[in-house]
Amino acid sequence: MQKTLKKYFPFFALPTVIAFAIAFAVPFLMGIYLSFTKFTTVTNSQWVGLSNYIRAFTEDQDFLNALIFTTKFTVVSVVLINVIAFVIALLLTRGIRGTNVFRTVFFMPNLIGGIVLGYIWQLIINGVLFKFGVDITFSSTYGFWGLVVLMNWQMVGYMMIIYVAGIQNISPDLMEAAEIDGASSWQVLKNVTIPMVMPSITICTFLTLTNSFKLFDQNFALSGGAPAKSSSMLALDIFSTFYGRNGYEGVGQAKAVVFFIMVALIALIQLRLTRSKEVEN
Amino acid sequence: MRSAKSKQLDNMIFVVLTVMSILFMAPILIVLMNSFKGRFFISDTPFDLPNSQTFVGIKNYFTGIEKTGFFSAFGYSLFITVFSVLAIVLFTSMTAWYITRVKTKSTKVLYYAFVFSMIVPFDMVMFTMSKIANMLHLDNPIGIILIYLGFGAGLSVFIFSGFVKSIPLDIEEAATIDGCNPLQTFFRIVLPILKPTAITVAILNAMWVWNDYRLPYLLIGSSFKTIPIAVQSLQGGYGSKDMGAMMAMLVLAIVPIVVFYLSCQKYIIKGVVAGAVKG
Repeated sequence: MQKTLKKYFPFFALPTVIAFAIAFAVPFLMGIYLSFTKFTTVTNSQWVGLSNYIRAFTEDQDFLNALIFTTKFTVVSVVLINVIAFVIALLLTRGIRGTNVFRTVFFMPNLIGGIVLGYIWQLIINGVLFKFGVDITFSSTYGFWGLVVLMNWQMVGYMMIIYVAGIQNISPDLMEAAEIDGASSWQVLKNVTIPMVMPSITICTFLTLTNSFKLFDQNFALSGGAPAKSSSMLALDIFSTFYGRNGYEGVGQAKAVVFFIMVALIALIQLRLTRSKEVEN
Repeated sequence: MRSAKSKQLDNMIFVVLTVMSILFMAPILIVLMNSFKGRFFISDTPFDLPNSQTFVGIKNYFTGIEKTGFFSAFGYSLFITVFSVLAIVLFTSMTAWYITRVKTKSTKVLYYAFVFSMIVPFDMVMFTMSKIANMLHLDNPIGIILIYLGFGAGLSVFIFSGFVKSIPLDIEEAATIDGCNPLQTFFRIVLPILKPTAITVAILNAMWVWNDYRLPYLLIGSSFKTIPIAVQSLQGGYGSKDMGAMMAMLVLAIVPIVVFYLSCQKYIIKGVVAGAVKG
């Protein structure tokens, strides 16, 4: 069968391969090359070596500030989202009435797009801050916590659903055995539930980690980086380097390459952790 | 004794969850409420109910629709999402089957290229991809479908391949012996088996394409606005934006999502769980 099928490459694989080459492979390779050049469109590049990379870090503090802001934001939201989602999942797996309605409500914000989410929360946060005579553009602290609240609102329901699936997979015998042995509910949680949902914890950590680190739309709409770029995350800083200033295309591309390497490292480290956990289970 | 105690606890949890649900719905309800208030009564007092002085009926909806061209934005969003998702599901399932069944060096390279593309952030290819798309005249609502197919291929091929590996070869071999050519085998035998996975892939991609902002903005945003671009276009210069129109457009942007969610909730929840576990 393999032999006949092989001849069908143009039917089965070619359309995807062409689209993949145009939308991903060629732009990716060109992006790496262009990060070492000076260019305004992609056809007029001049080799400049590492100078774009040096300019990205030394010409101003924007990229470093964005890196610090992004790292802080990612740590805080990964922890908060996962803790809250896990607690809600525990509450929703007790078989109390209304479980389905609660699940429906908690998950819904996840489907709303980042731009729309950003403006919804801009209204609410500015409404609260107005009572103190300021708005979200006054300090990056407001932009930071606003984004944390927004991200929790968006992702808690999604993570909760993955945790619920994980908790429901635990065999009831195991729970019963623990209860018969006289384990308190805290001991059951610590020694049975959490170890058994470890795969879900890894998936959820991975999803919240990469989604928070790569965040653009919500950041762009909520505070737009204000005041003076201090609440810019990495993706927004790269976007404004490309499209907000003339002559910085090369620097923008160099920042994008650095960003890609960071995302890839995070993903690989996380994958390795997943694998090591999977062996234990 | 124990059951009475745990019943009390369950009641407490019920109350806590109810309060949380109300808090979760509040942001959307606040936006809805403000969409009926005059544009100057929104930013400062978003938590006040409309009163005889601030209530303007559906005037904001008219201004918003006019300013953003909402209905054409809805049309472009729908067109691009439906056809991108169809293209992704059809072509990536075919590709996944091919590269899983034909075991050569080049299919192996292709598979790893697709997997690799999943960890590359959009920022990395944003500039070069939009320039190439311009050069190839893909900067229109039809061309962008090809771009979505290419950029969405990684995750979708990966999810489909994982599932194809679990289909026993015997079934396909039997079909071949019965005289099916590979196209017939795929469409009559393999694709029906892949249906649950296809739903997962469709839902994950639909959520992405419908809400995507940067790709359509960079490629077609100046001539063809999708919903996120239409909403963003109301931002304008700082301070000059019409908050009334903004509230009305936020409501109009959320309504189709809520309708879609409530009508296919079962598939959506199953799809995102399956997608998360496999991805």
